[in-house]
Amino acid sequence: MNDLSTYPSAVPLLAILVSAASVPLIGISARRPNLREFWTLLAAGAKFALVLSLLPSALANRVAETRLFEISRGIDLTLRADAFGVYFALIASGLWILTSIYSIGYVRGLKEKHQTRYFASFALCLSATLGVAFAANLLTFVIFFEVLTISTYPLVIHKQTPEAIAAGRKYLAFTLTAGVVLVAAMAAMAQLTGTLEFQPGGLRALQELSPVEVKILFGMFLAGVGVKAAIMPLHAWLPAAMAAPTPVSALLHAVAVVKSGVFGVVRVVGFLFGPETLSRFGLNEVMLWLAGSTILLASCLAFAEDNLKRRLAYSTVGHLSYVVLGAGLLSPSGLIGGVLHIANHATMKIVLFFCAGAIYVNAHKEKISELDGIGRAMPWTMGAFALASLGLAGVPPVNGFVSKWYLGLGALEGGSVAVVAILLISGLLNAGYFLPIVYRAFFKQSENFNSIGEASAWMVVPLILAACFSASMGLMPDLFFHFFTLAERIAAQILEASNP
Amino acid sequence: MIEANLPLLVPLTFLISALVIPLIGLRVPGAAYPLALAAVLATIPIAGFGLYRVMDGGPVSYTLGGWEAPIGIEFVLDPLASFLTLLVTVVSCLVLIHARHVASVEHPDKQVPYYSLVLLLLAGFCGIMATGDLFNLYVFLEISSLAGYGLVAIGDKRSPVSAYRYLILGSVGTGFYLLGTGFIYVMSGSLNMADVARILPQILDQPAVLAGLILMVTGIGLKTALFPLHFWLPDAYSSASSVSSALLAPLGTKVGAYVLIRILFFVFDPAAVEQRVPITSVIAWLSAGGVLYGSLMALAQQEFKRMLAYSSVAQIGYIGLGLGMANPLGFTGAVLHILNHALMKAALFLVAGNLRVQLGHSNIAAMDHRLSRQMPWSMAALVVGALSMIGLPPTAGFFSKWYLVLGGIQGSYWVFVGVILLGGLLNAIYFFRVVERVYLPFRRGPSNQAAPNGGQEVVENREARFSMLAPTLVLAGALLALGLASSFLVNRVIHHMIPAGL
Amino acid sequence: MGIEFIAGHNLYWIISLLLLVGLYGMLAKRNLVKKLIGMNIFQTAIILFYIAGASKWNATVPVIDPALGSVDPADYINPLPHTLMLTAIVVSVATTGVGFALLISIYRRYRTLDEDTLLKRMR
Repeated sequence: MNDLSTYPSAVPLLAILVSAASVPLIGISARRPNLREFWTLLAAGAKFALVLSLLPSALANRVAETRLFEISRGIDLTLRADAFGVYFALIASGLWILTSIYSIGYVRGLKEKHQTRYFASFALCLSATLGVAFAANLLTFVIFFEVLTISTYPLVIHKQTPEAIAAGRKYLAFTLTAGVVLVAAMAAMAQLTGTLEFQPGGLRALQELSPVEVKILFGMFLAGVGVKAAIMPLHAWLPAAMAAPTPVSALLHAVAVVKSGVFGVVRVVGFLFGPETLSRFGLNEVMLWLAGSTILLASCLAFAEDNLKRRLAYSTVGHLSYVVLGAGLLSPSGLIGGVLHIANHATMKIVLFFCAGAIYVNAHKEKISELDGIGRAMPWTMGAFALASLGLAGVPPVNGFVSKWYLGLGALEGGSVAVVAILLISGLLNAGYFLPIVYRAFFKQSENFNSIGEASAWMVVPLILAACFSASMGLMPDLFFHFFTLAERIAAQILEASNP
Repeated sequence: MIEANLPLLVPLTFLISALVIPLIGLRVPGAAYPLALAAVLATIPIAGFGLYRVMDGGPVSYTLGGWEAPIGIEFVLDPLASFLTLLVTVVSCLVLIHARHVASVEHPDKQVPYYSLVLLLLAGFCGIMATGDLFNLYVFLEISSLAGYGLVAIGDKRSPVSAYRYLILGSVGTGFYLLGTGFIYVMSGSLNMADVARILPQILDQPAVLAGLILMVTGIGLKTALFPLHFWLPDAYSSASSVSSALLAPLGTKVGAYVLIRILFFVFDPAAVEQRVPITSVIAWLSAGGVLYGSLMALAQQEFKRMLAYSSVAQIGYIGLGLGMANPLGFTGAVLHILNHALMKAALFLVAGNLRVQLGHSNIAAMDHRLSRQMPWSMAALVVGALSMIGLPPTAGFFSKWYLVLGGIQGSYWVFVGVILLGGLLNAIYFFRVVERVYLPFRRGPSNQAAPNGGQEVVENREARFSMLAPTLVLAGALLALGLASSFLVNRVIHHMIPAGL
Repeated sequence: MGIEFIAGHNLYWIISLLLLVGLYGMLAKRNLVKKLIGMNIFQTAIILFYIAGASKWNATVPVIDPALGSVDPADYINPLPHTLMLTAIVVSVATTGVGFALLISIYRRYRTLDEDTLLKRMR
């Protein structure tokens, strides 16, 4: 079932370009907000449709490929819509539609400045994210990875407050350094193995290297992609980046940017090094340790945060490492769980961020301690919040349960009881830091929110949609977009190629 | 007919027009600029055809006065020379288009001598590229140097002092080169590069030959501002007028780098030399020092042009690193970086020129966020230039560093790889310092806190005029285009330059 | 080695001495005119070096004189370095000229040619 066949197609390229092409259109309609938002929505819709059109062939193991031109000796700028790429692209572009609608409500509700720059950067970010998703080789991947870094910067500093500027500096310091490490790792890879092509199951040539070389290489790669994946201790930029407007945090710091990081981790693990090489040198153990400690530490740190968005950020740090953990398990169920968690965490976390933004727009509150009784004023918003919180804690009807279940299965397959323990403890911790918020919102009394009601429909509708989607994905993981089948396909590609 | 004369045509056009300009300009001062521009425009197709011809049919040689090679002076156009000649003509053309307004604002009474000197400088540069004779190279080196001293002297109040310092050190540099050439001549009995290269393997063990090489490299190192021989550069570049610095900074040091390549890799055999004196290793280590030193000094500068000048010291370090690695990938990276750095430095110096003309200064501390709306396009060019200097894909700067890193890894020069990457990060710090200042408001105290969303302050448009903006944007655009085309360049052009010895 | 080495190369020792004197003048002297003088000494030393390389014993100026009747190249000194140095002298003169022009300009602006005073006045 793994005979991948590629066929030339321009669709991956078009999917990337469609939002980049909207940037100048957004730029010239700066004075007409309605037209400008129309371009954003049009680009988002077109992008999603294009990605969706790639889904059937990806499910049929037929891979659309755009081979452009040579960018370094023997390495072409190539885009390949394999199952994993389509999977990630679907999540990013699908949630972009919701976020675009939400953004319109948000920035208008707050009368933000520089809206044109905001929407333009957003569109560029999405182009880069899809480029990361579809990159067929490491050089293409790194190019889009760096474009993503740079195009996110204007969004992080959007508010232009000293705090935002400091956050921007921190963000650049972390990501640019990581980029440099990644470039070094890539150059070493090119010299040692002679290829930078992603291959399901990893590169054979790596197995001929000495253990020290492989270990150093893997360390550099993990550090390079690990910054965006916020693996501790490389996570510090993420809570700081919460200075960005909430839709930015929602899409970029819960979906596009950080998921590019974990996407990169899985790419490196499954398509560059391969399970065989990793387990031979014991490198997956390192990943498990890093991911496990990140999950626990981040959950503990989340308790200490009173700022809602920062608590969400720490929660993101923890949940990203679920994916890393899944990749590190190297077992079929573990991989399925890790990959599924990319989508599941994205849909749930985006709900939570949307809620935080809605609260901020309506009530101008950022602190958890000030949210007493807000559930009465904004029942829909907080209802969705409660649902997503439960999902992240791993309570069954919501999709978070599915990925955690598979992660647990994977851990048992690999015989690592410690991982199961980590998963359980972390589920409890998640419940511990989310449920008090829900409790405050619905069961505590306060006079603060008598005068406000639900946020505008622009914001509530996407929020409810995402929450409904999360819940339905929990009941039927394969609904609509075949995420589950895709995850299975991805795990099979990675594992079967290495054990023929 | 034209093909046979190709090597000489470009320098000759510059030389003749440099002499014609004062003759006509004395009667019609307004004619100086059109003449200069016409000369540069005329040389672009010649240089372009030269490159095409060389790529197509191999090197073209021209013997001056019909005297055959070892005795007469030979002019040779090979891939490296023709490529860099084209680079010089294109960059200087863009700078000259930009110069029309800048020069008339900064030194209106010196148009005629100014453009004459510019063409003399270019004649020297292109002569250096085209000549196949060691002593003739010295002559062209002096032509360009003398013109350079003159150009630096036409600037702000301190410029004569900078020019004088440049002159003294430049003379030491050219003097060393001449002395080294003398050693080689006395030992080999020839001055023709190809001839010397043929003779050298037999006499390479003579200490005098190696001493000659070291003297030549030291002398050219001074002209190239190879760390630690860079100390004349920051003063010279920052006090020269905007046009002069936009010409000298991207091109002047690159010509020096060309001479280094020519002597180290084409006249001498680097591998054979390395067994006797570790000259390429020394260059690489010094360059690594230059990358760090230049970047750190750039970090400390408060004046934009001065910052760019120190950044040049660092970027020359990159070129030196690539050459010092003495392997094909490093060489490729170095040549690519010569091209990329010429373009990005030109773009950034043109931005500096726009700032100086429109604001009257280029002081970083005095810039603020209004600038991004007063001069949106210039600032956009600044951002592109900065991204390329940092080496972020898909700009051109990324790819030269990519080849340098590949070369470093191929030769297991881990320290150099580290330095290249660290240098990129330092670049990021000092360029983002400027970009932040230009785009973001820094509130110092609560007084500016008023009107958070209400008053969009009105800023007048102070963007540079079209003749200044167009070249700036063309260069910035070229940085993006060249990034994607870098592989094409490497395969089709630079690949043919790699000397046989590597 | 030993005394013969020094004696046999005494011309080169003189040239080296001149080079060093010139370099010292250019780099260490505080007076800008003296720097220029140093530069001239430096360049002269290089010119001497070339000329020394061209000379040989028992040879004459490279003008083929029918009266002498010799067509043996060994009877003439090498003419090429002389012509080269003609160019170098021209370059040297031009550089000196530019240097003096700059000095005049500096003096007009700062009323001094002493480097220390100049640095103070430039602030």
